[in-house]
Amino acid sequence: MDVEILSRIQFAFTVAFHYIYPPLSIGLGLIMVVFESMYLRTKKKEYEVLAKFWTKIFAITFGIGVVTGIVMEFEFGTNWATYSRYVGDIFGSALAAEGIFAFALESSALGVLLFGWNRVKPWVHLVATWGVFLGSMFSAVWIVVANSWQQTPAGYHIVGEGMQARAEIVDFWAMVFNPSSVDRLTHVWLGAFLAGTFLILSVHAYYILKGRYVVLSKKAFKITLVVAAICSLAQLFTGHSSAEGVSENQPAKLAAMEGHFEAEAPADLYLLGWVDKENKETTGLKIPGGLSFMLDQDFETPVTGLNAFPVEDQPSQVNAVFQLYHLMVAIGMFLIALSLFALWQWKRGKLFEKKWLMWTFVFTALLPQLANQFGWFTAELGRQPWVVYGLLRTSDALSKSVQANQVLFSLILFFIVYFVLFLLFIYLMNKKIQSGPSSDIDFDQGSLNKEIADVVSK
Amino acid sequence: METFLGIDYPTWWFLVVGGLFSGYAILDGFDFGAGAWHMFFKQNSSRETALKAIDPTWHGNEVWLVIGGGTLFAGFPVFYGTLFSAMYTPFILFLLFIIFRGISIKFRNMEEMLWWRRMWDWGYSISSIMLAFLLGVVLGNILNGMPLDENFEYTGRGFFEFLNPFSILVGVTSLALFMMHGAIYLLLKTEGKLYNRIQQFLKIGIAFFIISYVVTTSYGFFNLEHLLVVFENNQILFVVPFLVFLSIANVPRLASKKKYGWAFIFTSLTIALLLVIVAFELYPRLLLSNEVADNSITIYNAAASTKTLKIMMGFVAVGGPLVLLYSYFVYRTFWGKVKSDTEGY
Repeated sequence: MDVEILSRIQFAFTVAFHYIYPPLSIGLGLIMVVFESMYLRTKKKEYEVLAKFWTKIFAITFGIGVVTGIVMEFEFGTNWATYSRYVGDIFGSALAAEGIFAFALESSALGVLLFGWNRVKPWVHLVATWGVFLGSMFSAVWIVVANSWQQTPAGYHIVGEGMQARAEIVDFWAMVFNPSSVDRLTHVWLGAFLAGTFLILSVHAYYILKGRYVVLSKKAFKITLVVAAICSLAQLFTGHSSAEGVSENQPAKLAAMEGHFEAEAPADLYLLGWVDKENKETTGLKIPGGLSFMLDQDFETPVTGLNAFPVEDQPSQVNAVFQLYHLMVAIGMFLIALSLFALWQWKRGKLFEKKWLMWTFVFTALLPQLANQFGWFTAELGRQPWVVYGLLRTSDALSKSVQANQVLFSLILFFIVYFVLFLLFIYLMNKKIQSGPSSDIDFDQGSLNKEIADVVSK
Repeated sequence: METFLGIDYPTWWFLVVGGLFSGYAILDGFDFGAGAWHMFFKQNSSRETALKAIDPTWHGNEVWLVIGGGTLFAGFPVFYGTLFSAMYTPFILFLLFIIFRGISIKFRNMEEMLWWRRMWDWGYSISSIMLAFLLGVVLGNILNGMPLDENFEYTGRGFFEFLNPFSILVGVTSLALFMMHGAIYLLLKTEGKLYNRIQQFLKIGIAFFIISYVVTTSYGFFNLEHLLVVFENNQILFVVPFLVFLSIANVPRLASKKKYGWAFIFTSLTIALLLVIVAFELYPRLLLSNEVADNSITIYNAAASTKTLKIMMGFVAVGGPLVLLYSYFVYRTFWGKVKSDTEGY
């Protein structure tokens, strides 16, 4: 394998692994702020127990998120030196802003969040929790801005030629608010909220099924369910808005996402299917003209297809983009259906009675994670062969002085280390969840209490 | 070229990046130092106390690395690309040890088993040692210079080229410096038997640093003549090495009086002043081309556009005080000796 493919695999692997954690931190942070605020307002012990319990889980995800995050910052230089020189002005300043305005806030406040329960006043602690949460939200702002500029460059001009060519900022705010920034940021934020809230729902559903911390868990479940339902519905709108943006700014990517080949023709909307890039055809279950309708409310509107682009400007992995995109959408729809169904059951007073529903929630924690991964793979594979859309090709962005054997060596090391890290993560999460919220008040631990709890809940 | 207060923007940015990396070396330096001593503590309780001394603050210290990296990337993208790709192996190892150190601190106390704690103690200690060493190795290579072509691309090849005598010496010296610095930090945070033991360590640390510093400086003096030009041309600059000498001399003096707060200030000052010397030796170069002098990377041919530098000066002006404020708040919260309560997560 050559340096290009190895470097791409390494970046994709390290960034995908990293992206398990920040969405959890953002989403858990949101609910921790809710629990802790409710504790300060009501002074009820249960909210304190919940806030402390989720802070423990948060500590694990945040820690792994930070150490795996620095990796990408370095990789821009180690593996993508030409890219770094080309975009340093723009991409680099977004990264610097992330460090100064976001990461500093969250990392400093983290010490107080984890170790400060008995050292500072309760309201100061809440401020620290807010600090961590807002810091992680701001981090997302700058990272998404940087990536969105790669998708839809704006506010720049090119200086120099050949190896010396570089993009420089002309208009900072045009760079920050490039055409895709806002849509993608809201989409990423909501994806993170979904990852966090569905993990919380999963764990509390598990406790309810096992008859542990039942009263506490029901309370937590209901609060979190409301947030999860709002987020999953809202995600529909940001997703739609994002897709519209892609159709305007990155037509080749949209064509790959939807498996649309004809250069100028009404486009169908596939519910599922298979893309054969060789023969330029997509087969599957479709709504004829559906994509045209989605974009323009007219079944006849022509949509630019892949054939409109020279082969060297088309994404190479069209079927992968198509499948990942469709899986992401399917998961999104499922999350909406599940959370609305649960709200309905709650209204009927039967939310916690259906075992299968609780078990569904236990396993659904994985789905927002998968959707987040699939969404990013769609965005990044769909942008190929460009690293900066229309400006710089991925194959031109490499470090010229790095050899394949060096990248192979580092890739193997990352595989090993991240594999171990992932096992540890699962092990420690499981342990924290099994040992549960530590509490000096016996809410309802143990099997004996399960019966009481069951009676109470009926 | 546009200037601000009579100084051009690339020079300002050179100062900003230099300041950030000095801050990083001072702050994470004592974490590395504390980690390097970790396996010399025999009892579990000592190790726990030593770990607690850095646990609430090391995250905040690592921020300086992230910000330093970001400002270097944005301010001098050409240098960033060349240095990181040329130093591929040491930077990848640095990343892996950063990961190891972080998870060792996080995971050590999550299980009671002796083997578990041992394993993470070793992980923490070895990665701290390697991080301190690798930082020095990269600095040594920057001072050494590298073969560069006309596109500022590194032309050296091979896995182990980064390990040359001078950079190994700089690596050992930075490890020694951080061990001295870290021992003093631990003295500020501990009491009783452990405190007495660390006092003994500090003596060894000071001796280790002074020896390695003298050896490295002598080696550099005879072998890296390109670094001395600036001092020969501006003899007034000899005041900086003289200040370094005074600063180092103060450390054992204050340590023998048990004024560890002041000793800590002087080890921090030593780190900063040594980097000031590096800055003088390099300026306005960032990376010296060993074969063709014209291919050297300077702050002028590596800098981002003046507009970007101006924007980021704004970031620093607004964000810098905020970062300092957060740090102040966190250090104040955890000021003083490590408490033996079981608070944590």
